[in-house]
This record gives sequence, C-alpha cells and structure tokens, in this order.
Amino acid sequence: MALLQLVGASLSERISAFVPDSVDEAVPLGRAGEALWVKPAAIADVAAFMQQDEELDLRYLNAISAIDFVGHFELVYHLTSFARGHKATMRARLPGRDNLSAPSVYHLWRGADFQEREIWDLMGIRFEGHPNMKRIMLWEGFEGHPLRKDFVG
Amino acid sequence: MTIRTEPMTVNIGPQHPSTHGVFRLRVTFDGEEILQVEPIFGYLHRGTEKLAEERNYTQVVTLTDRLDYVSSMINNQAYCLAVEKLLGAEVPMRGKYLRTLTAELQRIAAHLMGIGFIIQDLGALGTPLMYCFRSRERILDLFEMLCGARITVSYMRPGGVYFDAPPEFWPALDQFLLDFEEEYRELEQLLLENEIVMVRTRGISPLPLDIAINCSVSGPVLRASGLGWDWRKVEPYDAYDLVEFDVPTAENGDNYDRFWVRIQEIRQSVRIIRQCVEQIEPGPVRAEVPLVLRPEPGVEAYGRVEASKGELAFFLVSDGGISPYRCKIRSPSLINLTVTEHLLVGWKLADMIVTLGSVDINMGEVDR
Repeated sequence: MALLQLVGASLSERISAFVPDSVDEAVPLGRAGEALWVKPAAIADVAAFMQQDEELDLRYLNAISAIDFVGHFELVYHLTSFARGHKATMRARLPGRDNLSAPSVYHLWRGADFQEREIWDLMGIRFEGHPNMKRIMLWEGFEGHPLRKDFVG
Repeated sequence: MTIRTEPMTVNIGPQHPSTHGVFRLRVTFDGEEILQVEPIFGYLHRGTEKLAEERNYTQVVTLTDRLDYVSSMINNQAYCLAVEKLLGAEVPMRGKYLRTLTAELQRIAAHLMGIGFIIQDLGALGTPLMYCFRSRERILDLFEMLCGARITVSYMRPGGVYFDAPPEFWPALDQFLLDFEEEYRELEQLLLENEIVMVRTRGISPLPLDIAINCSVSGPVLRASGLGWDWRKVEPYDAYDLVEFDVPTAENGDNYDRFWVRIQEIRQSVRIIRQCVEQIEPGPVRAEVPLVLRPEPGVEAYGRVEASKGELAFFLVSDGGISPYRCKIRSPSLINLTVTEHLLVGWKLADMIVTLGSVDINMGEVDR
C-alpha cells in the first residue's frame, strides 16, 4: 500500500465551498505543484475543515515548515490520513518580512505546539492563538531569527 | 489531623545522571505527585538547518550523523532519500540492500540503547545496560568495517552508499546474527519476564491513541498506543518492499508497551537483515551522480523514513545552487516530547524518569 497524494487543485473547489474566500488564487503557475494554496488568514479554518471532514480525514499533522524566500515567506503543512491512506500538503504565502503572523493550529493539533514555537524562534513568524508563543531553542532576549536569509551570525 | 502540603517546583537537569542528553524539566510537585511539567531544551542547538544551507549536498550528510547520534545510519538514509527525490536519481539494487541492511543494524543498536537506559532508570545499574551494550558494540564494529567510523558514519551518500562492504564484513555479520540470537533470548528473558520491570511499568502513564495522533506522535510510541503505522510499510523506500516483516503493536500505550514494542522490533530487524543477506547480489553500490550536485531550481522534496524514534523527514528546497536553499528537519524526538505533559501529570516522581525513558528521545535530534 502506498499513500495517495491529494492534489491541491482537486481540493480547492470543495474547500472554497466550505471555507469561503480561503483558497489563494494568486499563486503563479508552475509554483502550484501538489499543494493546496490558502490565504494566510484562512490557515486555521481550512486546517480545521481538513482535519474534521470525514472524506478528507487529515487527522495527523506530520510537520509544519517555514521557508524564507526573501520577498515572502511560505508555511508548509504536511498532513496524513491514517484511516483513508492519503496525504495532502497545505501552503500559504506570507508577503513581506516584518511583523509576520499566521493563525495558530495549536487548538486543532497539540503536535503543533513546539513546531510553531520553533518557527517563531528561528524564522520570526508569530502564531496568533498559540498560548505560549515564546522562544524554544534560543533564549528570550536573543536578537533576530537565525534561519532568516538576512541573519548574519 | 490533616497534613498541610504545598506545591514545590523543582528543576530536573539540565544535567541528569542517566543522561539522555542535556535536557531540563521544570516540574511542580505536590508531595510526590506531579502537578505541572514544562520541558525546556535547546542546550544542544547547533543550528543544523542553517549550517546545511552553507554546505553542498554531499557535505550535509556529515551533519545528519550528529542529529540522533545513536542512529546515524538512518539519518543518512532519510537525507539521501530526500536528495535523490530532488535529483530523480535511482539507487542501484546492491546499494538499496546495503542501505536497508545497515539501517536495520542501526535500529537494533538504537533500540538496545533505548531499552538499556529504561532499565538503568528503573534502578538496575550496570548489568542489563551492559548486556545491551555488548551487542551494540558488535554492530558498531561492523560499521567500522564498512566505513571506518562507529558513530558518525556518513556511510550513505546521495545515490547509494560510499563503499561496497569489504569481503570480511559478510562472515562477521553472519557470526553476529548467530551470537545475537542467544544474546537476544537472554535479554528478552531478563527483561520481559522480570517481575520488577512489570510492576514498575505496567499501567503507568498510558497514552490513548487519539491523544497520540493529535500530538503528532510517531514511531514505537505511536505503535504502542495501538496503531500499526510504519513508514517502511506505508511508503516503502530502498529495499523494504522486497523483504517481509511485521509491525508489532500493543494496546495500552503504557510504559511497558512502549518498551515491549521496541524489543519486538529488534526481532523484526533481524528478520529483515537475514533476508537482505540472502537476496543481495553483486553490482554497483552507487548511482552515477556528480560530486557536486545541482538539482533543478524550484524543486522540493520531502524525504522520510521510519527512524528508530519515529518519522524522520528532510524537507529540502532547491534554488539550483550547490547547497540546499532550505533544509527543514522533521525531528521525531522533538515532536514526541509534546506528550510529556500528558504522560507525567498525575503520576509520581519515581515513575517520571522511566516514562521519559520510554518515550526514548535523543537531544541531538530534539535541538538540532
């Protein structure tokens, strides 16, 4: 048995029907890939839908990753359904570099706890709604976010 | 007359005698009972993900050794699989078998350490741990034959493995498998039929499956809670689709079950190794890939394996350069720590260290 990858383009219609104005249409062609692109403000709502919808059943959060593309940041959520045997990827683009924030998925997955704190610590993206949004690897008072491309150690 | 108690906060660590690495727990007790737990880490943070951005694809292999340093072969494998996905490279059959075989040897070594330290934490100082180390030592000797290193192996490379095994490796492996049968039986008897181990671990800190899933737990901890999810089966990589093995699961997810699952997994690893030895055929061990790799710009890959601690993945992003633009490491040890609070609160101080041992974390991987 191999896991089936759910392609974002095939999900977007259904997701928009349940969570209005959530799918990011502005993603340039060629960058779309397999992922479902959502607007940053809709991350938590779409995640909740994907987790709780019976057909999608994406109850397992594998990983949250952040990437610094200099002009913008991207958040990548890898999700898996054990019962259905498929996986999906949700992505969001956060434009700019200053005061970045995204809705937290902590209330959906406790497994997001340390990962969101790590992204804040090393990438400088705050997660709104996380109950304990403080640094995790480095100490409070450390200046800057080392995984950013413009950080010089 | 009632005795008045008041909560007391204690720092356990950063150094701890049964060292699973430099790790601190801030625990609030009421008498012996745990009221509140806060894991604090980062003492071993070396910025591996940042370092990877400044080394070429092949050099990053050496950084992966230093993540979960008791399971470096499997770390190499996860990283190499991710790079091969980026390149679209295919590993030759002999390379696949060698990788599967060494990864399983490493899993045995890592599980032996995990098990040995749980027993040590239970208070059996020395002897059982040395039983485990005796067998682990033999595995490290085999690694030394393969690549000259015992811990920081860097044996696997994008496209396969660095060297073919030397001729003396095969008889030494056969001898080890033969001796290990007896050693394993001894260990199993010593541990699984041990009354003290049972009393101290059965029913302690159970982890229900729904909480395990919600906390993104993976590996033996997840399987002990009842879900037979193993990436070697679900998304077979290297030679795992060519060998037969079972995925041991338990039901209660207590300390005993986590411990038991690891002991059973060792048996399955031996099965896989035996099949690899039977099936392996002569041939090249590494695909023809250039020394300096340049994947296409904009390509991404999420390469994952079932490591000894759980789902270990490398999420690589290429910009067309010679080093990864981004190298995110999905660390099973870090994410498995999410359940510490659930496992510890309400239980006693005496069980705390054992419970922590049963989750089997490695600080090199937690902090990266």
